[in-house]
Amino acid sequence: MPAPSSRSAAVAPQDSESPGIRARRAGTAGILAALFRKRSAQIGGAIIVLLLATAAFAGLLAPYDPYRLNPLSQLGPPSSSHWLGTDALGRDEFSRIVYGTRTTLVIGAISVGIAMVLGVTSGIVAGYYGGWVDLLLMRVIDVMLALPYILLALAIVAILGPGLGNTMIAIGLSNVPGWVRLVRGNVLTIRRHDFVLAAGALGARDTRVMFVHILPNTVSSIVVLATLQFATAILAAAALSFVGLGAQPPSPEWGALLVGARDFMFTAPWLVNFPGLAIFLVVLGFNLFGNALRDTLDPTLRMS
Amino acid sequence: MIGYIVRRILFLVPVLIGVLAFVFLMRALVPGDPLEIMFLGQMPPDQATLTKLRHEMGLDKPLPVQFVDYTWSIVHGDLGQSVRTRQPVAAELAYRYENTLILTFASLVVALAVGLSMGIAAAVYRDTLIDMATMMLAMFGLSMPGFWFGLIMIMLFAVDLRWLPVMGSGGPAYLVLPALTLGLIASTIIARITRSSMLDVLSAPYVRTARAKGLRERVVILRHALRNALIPVVTILGLQLGGLLGGAFIIEVVFAWHGVGERAIQAISQRDFPVIQGITLVVATTYVLVNLLVDILYGVLDPRIVYG
Repeated sequence: MPAPSSRSAAVAPQDSESPGIRARRAGTAGILAALFRKRSAQIGGAIIVLLLATAAFAGLLAPYDPYRLNPLSQLGPPSSSHWLGTDALGRDEFSRIVYGTRTTLVIGAISVGIAMVLGVTSGIVAGYYGGWVDLLLMRVIDVMLALPYILLALAIVAILGPGLGNTMIAIGLSNVPGWVRLVRGNVLTIRRHDFVLAAGALGARDTRVMFVHILPNTVSSIVVLATLQFATAILAAAALSFVGLGAQPPSPEWGALLVGARDFMFTAPWLVNFPGLAIFLVVLGFNLFGNALRDTLDPTLRMS
Repeated sequence: MIGYIVRRILFLVPVLIGVLAFVFLMRALVPGDPLEIMFLGQMPPDQATLTKLRHEMGLDKPLPVQFVDYTWSIVHGDLGQSVRTRQPVAAELAYRYENTLILTFASLVVALAVGLSMGIAAAVYRDTLIDMATMMLAMFGLSMPGFWFGLIMIMLFAVDLRWLPVMGSGGPAYLVLPALTLGLIASTIIARITRSSMLDVLSAPYVRTARAKGLRERVVILRHALRNALIPVVTILGLQLGGLLGGAFIIEVVFAWHGVGERAIQAISQRDFPVIQGITLVVATTYVLVNLLVDILYGVLDPRIVYG
């Protein structure tokens, strides 16, 4: 029959893709369905969507200007006009928390972005080339891991100087070791597969093999780690802001909101409770969603 | 075993040299002149004095020579002088380091006591309310900002109930709240790992044999199952201690606990590099040595491990 031969010719180019990509294309809908059957994905996803929507429509949701001082309503408890009360300068706490979602998202995206770009690149290079490149990179990682996570971030902030931008860089850099280890480990197993050897044998350059053939097969681990690290990054940035090294007043960053609140925690506990709750919920959302993703995409994946 | 320990110690040498190099470079990497930072916000002295100071501090020598000098003084216990308080860093850090270790150790005790009990209970009463509550708390612990939890503890126990002092580091009573804050958060992770490794072990044939012998359930769980279930818990102990040590840096600020963390954060905002460098070095060395101990402990607990 003539038909099959022409059809197989049309299908043929796709066969040059790695098996991972094809499996994923075929199964995206199935994976999503399995993901959202999990309770933790539903709750986590809802929190993330709520966060994104609040950040996008902050201007519409916030009843007041988050920076506007009002000497007439200082340290007011939650009321119908100020849902979450007001701070020591009379600013509306609800509006400040609403605008703070934007800072939170930027912090997560930038610090995870930095860690991911540096970590994935180094991880692929280390795993693919091996030898002295690998040895050198892994020794650098060993030195970074000789410092507890928060301390490494603090040391980098010490070098760069305090401020929100530097905090994001510091957190990003502190997260690199996790990425390098994960991606390097993945690459070590993937590079032995036939399709990688075939790509090399067909004359593909190293960069092409690494980024076109190997990288797509690590996507599921990358998505999982990025989601879970979004949570860690937000938590770390809030902690650094809380000790005065991250976002500076009058920024409505949630950790920074707690700095001022501390002095009034006995007279105005709502200033402590609400920003803290906001951080907790958002971090919980990313953790829940990340865990669900991990269980769905790769049940054998384990990250500490 | 001895060979393994020796190799493991030898492996530490490059790491410690790397840490030393990083700590040394911290000051070199900082944009701007160290002397400029030293006189930040003050009237800088005249050029001749600056040159003299630069010479005294060895800043006019090439970087590699400075590194050798730096290493030499570190080896002799000289961590330099704080550019703010003009006190020797080593003397300033000594009592603070002790305070941080006390806090970290107390938190570890809390974390292990609470985490192990929760984990065992969750595994033994699998799929019951206890199990579900433990798993939910584990998720909460992972997402809880430590500094916020600390503030809540202060509001609850020190102010509303008036049971404990609010903050400071006077006596044992001052230790309770910060240690609980750090320990309870860390306990949730230990609970999760204990639960899953207990579940693995409880289905093992030797546990069935122990039950079949007619041993009481308590003996089966605590003497037979727990011993093997502890091994994964020990492997993450090093990581946990790192988390507690790092967490202490923030929690010390919340409770005004006079440890190295509180001092580090002060030093970073004042750009007091000798202090920052000293703390980084001390904590990194501690962490590396603790991990060494954990690895050795791991070998002692699990004779099945073959050292190759």
